[in-house]
Amino acid sequence: MVLKAEIHKKLGGFSLDAAFEAGCGCLGILGPSGCGKSMSLKSIAGIVRPDKGRITVGDRVLYDGAARIDMRPRKRRAGYLFQSYALFPNMTVEQNIAVGLGGLSGRFQKARPQTAERVAQMVKKFHLEGLEKHYPRQLSGGQQQRVALARILAYEPDVLLLDEPFSAMDAHLREGLRLELGRTLADYGGTAVLVTHDRDEAYQLCNRIVLMENGRVLASGDTRQVFANPMTVQAARMTGCKNISRIQPLEAHKVRALDWGNLELVTEAEVMPETTHIGIRAHDFKPISETEEVINQIPTGRCQISEMPFEWYVTLENGIWWKTEKDIHVHSLAGVVPERLWVEPEKILMLKER
Amino acid sequence: MDWTPLFISMKTASLSVAVTFFLGILAAWLVVRMENETWKAVVDGILTIPLVLPPTVAGFFLLMMFGVKRPLGQFFLEYFSVKIAFSWCATVIAAVVMSFPLMYRSARGAFEQVDPNLVDAARTLGMSEWQIFWKVLLTNAVSGVAGGGVLAFARGLGEFGATAMLAGNIAGKTRTLPMAVYSEVAAGNMDSAWQYVAVIVVVAFAAILVLDGLEYRSRKKWK
Repeated sequence: MVLKAEIHKKLGGFSLDAAFEAGCGCLGILGPSGCGKSMSLKSIAGIVRPDKGRITVGDRVLYDGAARIDMRPRKRRAGYLFQSYALFPNMTVEQNIAVGLGGLSGRFQKARPQTAERVAQMVKKFHLEGLEKHYPRQLSGGQQQRVALARILAYEPDVLLLDEPFSAMDAHLREGLRLELGRTLADYGGTAVLVTHDRDEAYQLCNRIVLMENGRVLASGDTRQVFANPMTVQAARMTGCKNISRIQPLEAHKVRALDWGNLELVTEAEVMPETTHIGIRAHDFKPISETEEVINQIPTGRCQISEMPFEWYVTLENGIWWKTEKDIHVHSLAGVVPERLWVEPEKILMLKER
Repeated sequence: MDWTPLFISMKTASLSVAVTFFLGILAAWLVVRMENETWKAVVDGILTIPLVLPPTVAGFFLLMMFGVKRPLGQFFLEYFSVKIAFSWCATVIAAVVMSFPLMYRSARGAFEQVDPNLVDAARTLGMSEWQIFWKVLLTNAVSGVAGGGVLAFARGLGEFGATAMLAGNIAGKTRTLPMAVYSEVAAGNMDSAWQYVAVIVVVAFAAILVLDGLEYRSRKKWK
């Protein structure tokens, strides 16, 4: 089902004006904290009420400011995975999963006959066997996330909304759980929206992406395309491009990089009138030996080097960042930095101010 | 020793706590759900004011409402032939009004301690507002709410100023334990006063033990 959202909301000095669309698969909303991405997600779920705009899922209108439609959260069929999972501490794993199905039999009510069966199904699917009678506090972070997902997916929502699903998790658990969530999303097959500030997470899990900053959408599209060609300076920065410089155009395929010591570079893409900056990712520089003659040579000069487990971070004299792989056993700086680097013309991103 | 003040006090405190308990929870729930911060503050102030007023002043207002010649008093007298001022009913009304803010504030604090994400999660999962109140809000705030009930009971038991204004000090009718202590001291019967004092201290201490017990239990639960 297709989710279409156009959301406008003012809150204090902050204003959110965003529009995006999500079809099958997972849409990622990537942005720094406070950019309005969580607020967008909460507007879809009905937890936050926008000032105006329109939100539809398929042909159901969830919110329409002009038509004064504001469907209650419980009617929206939107599953929301909270950052902290929001499991009910007073309910067991089973009872938590059953909430979306109308609850298990209790003192005051009888469960629908299919509920227990569905709960058992979800318990099995999310590998929670043996934990049915446990309370959330007795579970690990990963188990809690599985319970929260089982609870949401049990009632088959039309859209799945994921709010920073790994922010409450230790770094070493994250990668395994990301794979797990990737499998769950593939299996779910419906429309999902994932909000995150982690670009690896967005790249790994989302086929489409929206870049957001200060309540505005900077770029959107196919994830790989947006990362490969971010178009604007802010988008480039957000996709992790470390080197961005103002330029002076020289020829159709040649620019002068004003922030890197007036370095002259040949580009594959044509320099357009609106091109104001170029970007080069820190991994895209290659060392060259003293005898080689290539275009786009960059003198390294006096460098600052910091050591990471698997990489050297090198800052060249002209301010360019270069990252190069290393072996974890190597700690010596000898031979790390050559006299010159070069960059292929097709690796240079043509960017505009906004 | 005359035991009637103990019975009157227990009867008054029990009935008043039953009323206060539900009114306090209801008021707290309504206030917590209010979205307009200005109105929230105003309503909160009105509901809390008996806590900070001198009890005699609160009693004075009650007397102005429930006195035989006053609007509410006249209404009850005419339509139900019930005289409220200086009757046992008056001790209950005084206790309810004076203990209400304690109940309301405890319940409100307990509700606000519940993670708001739980309420939002319950909504997206399709729970009705009523189910959310019972299964999410109240269940997760139960120790704070019960603690408020114990405090309200103790306050109702110890109520003196407003009771004196509205209900007076009629032996066997409106003479509660605190009234009895006052009367015995005024009459110079210190031995008798000591006995009433001892009873009050024992009951108050028991209430605090119950309160601590509730807190301990809630910390142990669900872990």
